Amino acid sequence: MKKISHIILLLFGLLLMACGGKEEKKKEGFEYATPQTEKKEVLKEQATQSDEVPASQRITLDEKGVGPIENITLDPAIDQAMVDRGAALFKTNCTACHKVERRFIGPSPKGIMKRRSPEWIMNMILDPQLMVEQDRCAKDLLVEFNGAAMANQNITEEQARDILEYFRTLE
Amino acid sequence: MQFKNFNRLAFLGVFSLLLFSGCGNQGSKEGANGALNSSAAEKVYVAPGEKDDYYAFLSGGYSGNLTVYGLPSGRMFKEIPVFSQFPTSGYGYSEETKPLLNTSHGFIPWDDLHHPDISQTNGELDGRWVFVNGNNTPRIARVSLATFETEEIIEIPNSAGNHSSSFITENTEYVVAGTRFSVPVPQRDMPINEYKGNFKGALTFIGVEPEHGHMEIKFQVIMPGFNYDLSHPGRGKSHGWFFFSTYNTEEASSLLEVNASQNDKDFIAAINWKKIEEYIANGGGKMVPAEYAHNVYDESTHMATSTMIDEVLTVDPTEIPGAVYLLPTPKSPHGCDVDPSGQYIIGSGKLSADITVHSFDKMIAAIENEKFDGDAYGIPILNFEEVLAGTVKSGGLGPLHTEFDSDGNAYTTFFISSEVVKWKLGSWEVVDRKPTFYSVGHLMIPGGNSRKPFGNYLVAMNKITKDRYLPTGPEMEHSAQIYDISGEKMELIYDFPTHGEPHYAAGCPAELLAPKSRKIYRLDENKHPYAAIGPEGAKVERNGKEVHVYMSTIRSHFTPDNIEGIKVGDKVYFHITNLEQDFDVPHGFSMIGQNTSEILVMPGQTKTTVWEPKKPGVWPFYCTDFCSALHQEMQGYVRVSPAGSKVELKWSVGE
Repeated sequence: MKKISHIILLLFGLLLMACGGKEEKKKEGFEYATPQTEKKEVLKEQATQSDEVPASQRITLDEKGVGPIENITLDPAIDQAMVDRGAALFKTNCTACHKVERRFIGPSPKGIMKRRSPEWIMNMILDPQLMVEQDRCAKDLLVEFNGAAMANQNITEEQARDILEYFRTLE
Repeated sequence: MQFKNFNRLAFLGVFSLLLFSGCGNQGSKEGANGALNSSAAEKVYVAPGEKDDYYAFLSGGYSGNLTVYGLPSGRMFKEIPVFSQFPTSGYGYSEETKPLLNTSHGFIPWDDLHHPDISQTNGELDGRWVFVNGNNTPRIARVSLATFETEEIIEIPNSAGNHSSSFITENTEYVVAGTRFSVPVPQRDMPINEYKGNFKGALTFIGVEPEHGHMEIKFQVIMPGFNYDLSHPGRGKSHGWFFFSTYNTEEASSLLEVNASQNDKDFIAAINWKKIEEYIANGGGKMVPAEYAHNVYDESTHMATSTMIDEVLTVDPTEIPGAVYLLPTPKSPHGCDVDPSGQYIIGSGKLSADITVHSFDKMIAAIENEKFDGDAYGIPILNFEEVLAGTVKSGGLGPLHTEFDSDGNAYTTFFISSEVVKWKLGSWEVVDRKPTFYSVGHLMIPGGNSRKPFGNYLVAMNKITKDRYLPTGPEMEHSAQIYDISGEKMELIYDFPTHGEPHYAAGCPAELLAPKSRKIYRLDENKHPYAAIGPEGAKVERNGKEVHVYMSTIRSHFTPDNIEGIKVGDKVYFHITNLEQDFDVPHGFSMIGQNTSEILVMPGQTKTTVWEPKKPGVWPFYCTDFCSALHQEMQGYVRVSPAGSKVELKWSVGE
């Protein structure tokens, strides 16, 4: 489907060029090789969890983070009403920076339950500033994501819990 | 050479001795009289991170804006645009706020803002709204004290030079607007020299709806053609009355400097508005054609609408027995102030040395006993001696305005002799006087025109600055002084420049406003028709030559940030929704070549700015408010093709 739309776009482009719309394709930018790309390859090979594993890939399920949430227990069954509310909240408040299908301004929430504890997730939503100041993983995420600080969206604890329930459905 | 050097040394020695002795003398002098002694410094010093005790709302005069200061520090917190376009926020430039400046004369980008007054309940400040008047093209505005934004502006028909405004009754039943200039009512083409007896002065009573503060003109009292200068409501026992000072009872239309200073006494007009309410309830009054704008900002749509109204209810005071009386008051009274008990009405004859105080009780008795000295166009004139409570023999010159503390003292400014005079209500004795720098106009004590004054500080607002600050060319900001009035004697403790020309001001304790000050607009309450709630809401729509861009912002990118398919001749509306929900994270938006201003969009808010591209090219836009470490990255491009081009409309972010 995506390919088809690309082809359509391309055709449109050709059509426009034919009609007089200018599409300049002289320069495709330049490349400035840095050792960075090489380094990343090496990092990927390291299986052990260390500081050199990018924060977004680290598993920190034992860390609860810093903030109002100290302990929560999840019901084994997923509550669909909460999921729906959480999905709606996520769409309005979060998708400007977090896309489910890809890494964007911030990391994708897909599979987050396998990497972070429920408490950590809720604390990050509820008080990102405190987390970035005091939580190691949050700090490293900020660096990994180009210093784009996570916005405090004034979400209530109940709403954060709904968003968490939604995240449980993002395997 | 050596001799010369010795000479030089000797000279330096003598000079430095002189210098030291000079410094010593100066130091002791400052300590005795100046504002620079350490106790004064301690009184105004608000340490970094600490907060002021009071908010002060100073009118900006010809800036058209209202400025917010802290007391006692004199620090300015905000300039609230009211009657003037304000590129800092886009007020009056954004599509949503342009209707606020609409009038029967069309869009007016400016006015002269004079007298702020905070809403009251039971005669005490309640901190819901502050009302202000536009003097030039008569208007009254209501500013929210939760958002500190202008929410409503109503134009006043049949008025000109809206000066004896915008004062409120003690339960905010009415905000009152009196005309300074009398004019033909209704306006018509007639010879100016037929003013006398033909021009009229409209005193307008605007009802304030208690829940939202929405204003509606309830009635206009069509008075004789005098100049209605200032006014204040009765309070306590005199609640139900309103008092207006008048000058130019000579009804001169030229060289008023001389011709309006002929009568030894002008009047304070006492209006019994409760009586007028009854008269109207019984079917009195006359609905007449009029044309005036009523502009209301809706916080849920983030948008103002302007409605033209075509009639107004007028009342002829001579047809309502007992509704209006005239109290003779010497020498062209300016200020007209009522003490916290509602017993005394103070008229400051601006060409006089004395302050005239009328007694409300004596006025009622004089009315009952019909102590009249004739009438003016059918309105009874009360006998001066019968209503006089006392005269303050101040020794100053040119009294203007009076405010009160909670201990039975009054404080009056004297323009000509540049001073504030403290005197006692009842005994009329002068207790203290302190110079101002220079030529003081209004003064303000927080709550000083209510039943409950907060008597810690007095702010004197001066008309002339001269040598108070480092010179800044011929034009200087006006100076204001803060006095500590907690003791028997006033003490000058601070001196600060103000913005525009402050006329009146209103102040209230910080705790009345700070806890309920809005921090964000909630996204889930945003009902703007062009809002982009979440990035899914972002889109671009073409409707003929009109293009609507639904754009969202969050630290630190725009969605979309690449737009193609715009053509020369299009009118592009950028509707920017700030998706932030955190305090103090606005984003700005500005487009190269825009013939209007940038806009500053508060968290959760939607604002619209228009761009009419004139040249093909790829034109950038950016965020004007430093929003995060990646603020410099917050930018985008619009591709503009020649008119008639077939470049497809498309938009994207991160692709």
